Amino acid sequence: MKAGHKFAIGALVIVAAIAALMYTGVKQTGVYFLTPTELLARTSADPSFHDVGLKVGAKVVPGTIKRDRASQRIEFAVSDGQNQFPVRYEGIVPDTFTDENDIEVIMSGKLGTDGVFHATEVLAKCGSRYESELDKLKQSA
Amino acid sequence: MNLLGEFALWTALLVAGWSAILAFATRGPARDRAAASVRQAPHAIALCLWVAAVSFWKALFSHDFSVEYVYSYSSRNLPDYFLFAAFWAGQKGSLLFWALVLATFASIAQLVTSRRYHDLLPAVAGVTSVVTGFFVLVMLVGGANPFERLPFVPPDGRGLNPQLQNPGMVIHPPMLYLGYIGMTIPFAFAVAALMARRLDSGWIHAIRRWSLVSWLFLSVGITIGMWWAYVELGWGGYWAWDPVENASLLPWLTLTAFLHSVMVQEKRGMLKRWNLSLVIGSFLLAIFGTFLTRSGVIASVHSFTQSNVGYFFLGFLLVAGVLCYTLLYTRWPSLEPEATLDSLASREAAFLFNNLVLLGIAFSVLWGTLFPILSEAVRGTKISVGPPFFNRVNVPLGLLLLLLTGIGPLIAWRRASAANLSRQFTGPVVAGLVVALGLLLAGLRDGYALAALAIAGFVTGTVAQEFIRGVRARGRLYQEPALVALGRLIARNRRRYGGYLVHLAIVVYFVAFAGGAFKVAKEATLRVGEAIEIDSPFGHRYRLTHLGVSQYQSLNRRVSAATLEVRQDGVRVGTIKSEKRQHVDSFGQPTFQPSTEVGIRSNLREDLYVVFAGTVDGTERGSFAVTVHPLVWWVWAGGVLLVVGGLVTMWPGGPEMAPRARPAPTRVEPEGVAV
Repeated sequence: MKAGHKFAIGALVIVAAIAALMYTGVKQTGVYFLTPTELLARTSADPSFHDVGLKVGAKVVPGTIKRDRASQRIEFAVSDGQNQFPVRYEGIVPDTFTDENDIEVIMSGKLGTDGVFHATEVLAKCGSRYESELDKLKQSA
Repeated sequence: MNLLGEFALWTALLVAGWSAILAFATRGPARDRAAASVRQAPHAIALCLWVAAVSFWKALFSHDFSVEYVYSYSSRNLPDYFLFAAFWAGQKGSLLFWALVLATFASIAQLVTSRRYHDLLPAVAGVTSVVTGFFVLVMLVGGANPFERLPFVPPDGRGLNPQLQNPGMVIHPPMLYLGYIGMTIPFAFAVAALMARRLDSGWIHAIRRWSLVSWLFLSVGITIGMWWAYVELGWGGYWAWDPVENASLLPWLTLTAFLHSVMVQEKRGMLKRWNLSLVIGSFLLAIFGTFLTRSGVIASVHSFTQSNVGYFFLGFLLVAGVLCYTLLYTRWPSLEPEATLDSLASREAAFLFNNLVLLGIAFSVLWGTLFPILSEAVRGTKISVGPPFFNRVNVPLGLLLLLLTGIGPLIAWRRASAANLSRQFTGPVVAGLVVALGLLLAGLRDGYALAALAIAGFVTGTVAQEFIRGVRARGRLYQEPALVALGRLIARNRRRYGGYLVHLAIVVYFVAFAGGAFKVAKEATLRVGEAIEIDSPFGHRYRLTHLGVSQYQSLNRRVSAATLEVRQDGVRVGTIKSEKRQHVDSFGQPTFQPSTEVGIRSNLREDLYVVFAGTVDGTERGSFAVTVHPLVWWVWAGGVLLVVGGLVTMWPGGPEMAPRARPAPTRVEPEGVAV
């Protein structure tokens, strides 16, 4: 057998291994990334969805943040403009999670049968705070 | 100055457009006359962009808040070095920086390229002009004009995001950009060679140093980015497989592949098509990274504000991709390989596998990064994959790659004999086995970490063996003392021994990554005097006692600093301090969200990493997150070694153009034509 053919076989084995790793990787570690509306639609259609760990991207509803700093527990509501639900999280939230308006969060966790999203991880990003501030300045000028 | 800057941008755009027309749309004698003119264009464009850049810096330093960008990214109380770095803090400024660096590189490329490749330079100038022109175009018509004015002059700016107020901000973006942008030059040479049908190995020699420079800047940029994320973001790690991090890794992987496969072309005349594809692909991936960070298509903590600029990049990416690969396809027949693979046990084969694995990693990273979009397009639901996916796929691939790092440089070209294999690899294999056995006896049971460290031992063995043999050979030949021999060995064979140092650096990185598998983390809320205990994976126990919180004003911020006493197995080893900072403007008004200054105690074995998450209801009671992260120091050490090795490899002058002397000749020694 020519060396080129041997290499082709070796390459195929590696490519197949990569493909298999990627396929099983997605199968076993991939999680749904949903909006609140999508999540509520799925859980009402299929109650077993309450037990599925997933990610939700949404905005924090202004004025709903309740912090208990002593126990590092935090509660707030998230919304995508159509639907909203409360979130409970225990742990340290990032600095970007402020009490101001327009915080976008990406949370991992489960929507419990109690209707509360129990988050295991919260990432936050200040949304368009700056743009709106600038617009205000522009209008006032 | 702002008008001047904007005017300079328009001039740069016109010159770039004109140069592109001269370079690509002229035929016959007109083309020859145009060539000289085209070659001057990059200098003119660079001059314009420097004028624009100086104007822009002037606006930042003179606090000209009538410029929207200056208002948005700086303030009166911002220290000078951050005013300097505010240049690239936002979308618009960073586009200007991109164009500035590219124009400068393009100009340098015209000046330093060896006479032998001068016939390629007009087309190179054309390509760099098109790319620079595109960036200027995005600024001027894509709504990203850095000189955009406000209809009024605010009294103070909003200041720089506190997460960007870190020394990393001054060096990380420029390094990464120099890497990204440097790739444009090899790309331009590749396109020029394709167009001119000069498809011998000439263009490869012309770009060798450019591709090394980009690679080095990219490596340094990524490493500094890891350090910055580690000290600034406060989650206790340095790599999170975030889309923006991945975007910087992709061109690094393809460029690394290219640096290896190009040697196969130099020695054996193989892989010509592959190398061209890699150069073009690396450039496109750099543009893709720019698109990803600027379009907002993928959620990331690093990305710029969502904007339409992304679509310009997507368009450019598609057009450039189609044009370049079509061009490559039309030249396909003239890129026949001059040799075929002789044996699987050969350096060519090792490099081929190295390329395959690097590309496999790149593909899986790209796939994972884009998976939310792909799954939404195909199945209608967004599915995201995170670090577990990337680690699962890339840890085994990374280990395979590390193994090849040891094999590639030592195995003979063409066909390795059994004697060559046993002579080169017996020692290193034993070294790897000894490491594995030692770690097993020491109680290490994590399979991947064990494999990583054993392979690290093997690769270190190969490098050490090369150095020892080289030094001994010189000692015998020239009666030099060992240290002198070592110095001369490296100085006389820079490419080879610099390469070994880079490989050693990669080993050091892998050792550090293996340590990451044993990270432990804890959170607690402590009153003054209370303590948290955390066990190090090395077996000892830390006890951190909360000593109190002090509050003070500093520079442009209000600081609350928590201090903890650190005891290791009951012995006091010092204190550790972490700060919560609230930045303020010159009127004392808070700007931005608070930020955290992490407290780190670092040693060779592990980092103790403390995040002060704030006080409870105004008392001194504080919340803390504590992480023990083994072997983090090794990442930075690897970075330093990598720079040293990289610099040795590309240091100009010296006898590197001469045929390489091999101090350790093997029985099978059909060296190809050396560079």
